[in-house]
Amino acid sequence: MTWFLAEHYPVLVIVISMFAAFTILIAGWLNKKVAFPISLATIFIQLLMAFSMLKRVLAEGPIHYKLGGWAPPWGIEYVIDTFNAYVLIVILLLSFICAIYSKRSVEKELPLKIVPFYSVFQLLITGLCGIVVTGDIFNLYVFLEISALASYALIAVAGGRALKASYNYVIMGSMGACFYLLGAGFLYAVTGTLNMADLSALLPPLYGNRAVQAAFVFFAVGMGIKMALFPLHVWQPDAYTYAPSAVSAIIAATMSKVSVYALIRVIFSVFTIKFLQSYGGVEIALCWIAAIGIIAGSVLAIQQTKLKRMLAYSSIAQIGYIVLGIGLAPISAWGLVGAIAHILNHAIMKGCLFLAAGAFIYKLNLWDIKDFEGLGKKMPFASAAFTLAAIAMIGVPPCTGFATKLFLLFASLEATATMPISGYAFVVILMISTLLNLAYFWRIVDRIYFVNSGNGHHHDTKKADVPLSMVVPMLLLAVLCIVVGILWLTGVFAPMMDQMLCELGVGGMPQW
Amino acid sequence: MVEMLTPLLVLLCPLIAAPLIFLLGKWPNIREGVAIIASIATFSLVLSMIRPVLDGDVIRCTFSQTLLPGLGIGLKVDAFGMLFALTSSSLWILVTFYSIGYMRSLKEHAQTRFYFSFALAIFGALGIAMSSNLLTLFIFYEILTVSTYALVVHDQTAEALSAGHKYFAYLLTSGCFFLFGLVMVYYLTGTTDFTNGGIAALAALNPAHKWTLIILFVCFLFGFLKAAWMPFHSWLPAAMVAPTPVSALLHAVAVVKAGVFGIVRIVCFIYGVDLMTSLGLGLLLACIAGFTMIVSNLFAIGQDNLKRRLAYSTINQLSYILLGAALLTEPGIRGAMMHIPFHGYMKITLFMCAGAIMVATGKKNISEMGGIGKTMPITMLAFTIGALGMCGIPPVVGFISKWYLCMGTYVAYETISPVMIIFLFVLLIASLLDVVYFFPILHTAFFKEPEGAVAEPKVKESTSLVVIPLAITAIFSVIFFLAFILRPVEMLAPYVDMLSMYIYDLVDVAIGNVIPS
Repeated sequence: MTWFLAEHYPVLVIVISMFAAFTILIAGWLNKKVAFPISLATIFIQLLMAFSMLKRVLAEGPIHYKLGGWAPPWGIEYVIDTFNAYVLIVILLLSFICAIYSKRSVEKELPLKIVPFYSVFQLLITGLCGIVVTGDIFNLYVFLEISALASYALIAVAGGRALKASYNYVIMGSMGACFYLLGAGFLYAVTGTLNMADLSALLPPLYGNRAVQAAFVFFAVGMGIKMALFPLHVWQPDAYTYAPSAVSAIIAATMSKVSVYALIRVIFSVFTIKFLQSYGGVEIALCWIAAIGIIAGSVLAIQQTKLKRMLAYSSIAQIGYIVLGIGLAPISAWGLVGAIAHILNHAIMKGCLFLAAGAFIYKLNLWDIKDFEGLGKKMPFASAAFTLAAIAMIGVPPCTGFATKLFLLFASLEATATMPISGYAFVVILMISTLLNLAYFWRIVDRIYFVNSGNGHHHDTKKADVPLSMVVPMLLLAVLCIVVGILWLTGVFAPMMDQMLCELGVGGMPQW
Repeated sequence: MVEMLTPLLVLLCPLIAAPLIFLLGKWPNIREGVAIIASIATFSLVLSMIRPVLDGDVIRCTFSQTLLPGLGIGLKVDAFGMLFALTSSSLWILVTFYSIGYMRSLKEHAQTRFYFSFALAIFGALGIAMSSNLLTLFIFYEILTVSTYALVVHDQTAEALSAGHKYFAYLLTSGCFFLFGLVMVYYLTGTTDFTNGGIAALAALNPAHKWTLIILFVCFLFGFLKAAWMPFHSWLPAAMVAPTPVSALLHAVAVVKAGVFGIVRIVCFIYGVDLMTSLGLGLLLACIAGFTMIVSNLFAIGQDNLKRRLAYSTINQLSYILLGAALLTEPGIRGAMMHIPFHGYMKITLFMCAGAIMVATGKKNISEMGGIGKTMPITMLAFTIGALGMCGIPPVVGFISKWYLCMGTYVAYETISPVMIIFLFVLLIASLLDVVYFFPILHTAFFKEPEGAVAEPKVKESTSLVVIPLAITAIFSVIFFLAFILRPVEMLAPYVDMLSMYIYDLVDVAIGNVIPS
């Protein structure tokens, strides 16, 4: 079966999204009720396209789409391989679920700004998809800026303290983007091309070149800021905390993942794994930064009193997991398996947690963890979703968090062959992080269900759960937390992962 | 080797029952009806698997796709797993009836949550019994931990919460050790399957990587803290704040047995008896078990709260099982395996009696129980049977497993090392201490006058839903013993075997798996 216009999907997935953004603005002028359906329908179509592309890529190998028929290196090339398609699906799936959720939440939080909200929301998705499909490092920068500007606006739209948060994010985010641009510029100066495939072919003889090495560091730091890797995370807690609920979820679940995608793409498709291996030490440094981030993020999360802020710090720790996986990749392919798996896993879990946090705010205006007593009775579905996601974050099997942990443990153990101390240290850190996760998530679950100090307003146990259009997305994500976890363990994804690893140049699925 | 879907169906019963219970929370009768039906269905499905297992088959339920060979989710039922599955599923039926009586009499709150978590916990326990490799075992092990938390903190008092935190702190930390062990076994051998006689690739590492294997074993011991060996036992007495049905089924049977079950799995099916012997790990485990047996009994003597005393007695009895496995001899392992169902039946009787007393009189402390034998004769009779069994006095079945354990020490003395004879004395002293703390309870109950003596003590048992289950388990504790005596009689053999749920035959098959003759 051939799909309608199937060969143009790589560009269509961006174009229709961008047109939808403008359409929403114009149509919303006439009737602001159409903004939501247009946005939802667009994302749904994009999602279908992404699935169709994944299917095609799995069957036929990477898709190379030359924009306007201009052959690279002069024209811009869009490349869809398994990894792209996978990340695209993660982004669009989460966007779709968050979009359903956003309807009622935006109506309540931003009643006067519905049309601009969806317009910018659609621009954000355009940017995110663009980053993923492009095969050109400068084009990637363009989309990076589109998504960043959209997200500055989406955070600031809440007003009040969100303005300051957004301002911090603008400054830090722009610096990150600048670093990225510098990296791209250095590579262009040395090689004269911006196409990723070209670069990876031209770079090997230039690995010793200082400009190339500097470019690598610029890329790593730039993306580190964008994905809020400890200690470059300072903009992130405020931004996540004060953004509107639906925006927190979408940014936490997808934006940081796209930055991770960009980092993986640059490291493995532009510099290739040989670059890392020829500079022994780079990957270990990356691992240790990540490991410190895991612990620091968790410890900071324990100290927080506001739920959304705590979730933000938890994201910092979780990004650490992903970067740890990337750092271990040159030593053990399991590392990259863990990192790639965690892109999906963390998106699901953190999406669900932020949606639940948003639900608590939506209905009862609860921000502080200490006010959560008796929520289990008042909002049974939101609480259940939160609890399931929290259990998944802790890494109780067979949930998603456990799958990641298992892969990273394998990677760390394989690393012990070359660097015993660091390898075992990472094993210990992963274990400690499990317990820290337990510490900061379980106190909330405890409060929701079990703590009964007998004071305050919570004796009113009337059920007050959020509307169905907000409950369903949360429960869907919560169920996915378990289902996807089981799927990782059963190996349904193994063929896809195998192809991804081959394309990223670390060999196929690791064998024992 | 037989492929069957039955193991999966067994797991599905509690798994489907749990959400149903949650959704039917508004209608208590239907909700509890679901629990009863699920428990009976589970038990019948487990029973249906006995025949092939007795024929020496191993029932497998493998899922076609796994992440890697040797690493994936898989179920299997062998004779040893069957023992644990039988014990938990049969007792689940009785405890379901018992909890209905108990929870309704005490008008407990949050009963839906209680039945929901209970079904999930049983799901975990049965999964542990039927898992075919370490990864699957770990998954169900953690499910059991998390689902039991809600039961431990059921009261929602500060005491219950702190008990819950202790519970998590111990058991999830131990989960980390387990996970490390499991990953390590996979890293070293490429498989985590339970293999009869142990994983050969692991044994092949022996002389070269001796210390790795020893450290790995210690990790596994820490991983199975559910076995409550001392000095890492304190979560178990703390968890006694939970409602009595929980203490009865989970903290005397399912959860703690999961711990010893896991250790026996490691000893017999991962390391294998030969490797354990040559590493000298049997002695290490035996020392831990011996230490626990003596010290926990000393602790038990000092407890006045009946449930806490029983908790220390559980710690002690669990170490009997550990000791049996540690002896690495045929009779020792036989005793250990037998003690899993036998201790389950006896200890659950005792706990259910403690609960019945609480329902009928509200008394928790032994010192207040003067004359209770006159007012609650059936309960205290059942309690006496359980107590005799704990002390290893015939005609209760505790005697048989202890007998085999003693034989085990002697065989170990002859074949492994003369040092092992110490454990015979440890066993005997521990049994003596059992008497020291159980007989005062009986004395108080039957021969002491109640405080502020009322004119004429009236018989006042708690509701029949509470009394009948505990009477049944007590009767079975005797039946198992009689079955052992009567089995040699050819005419009676089929009937007594059936009545004793083929436990002795299952143990025979399991021993054949562990020590190939």
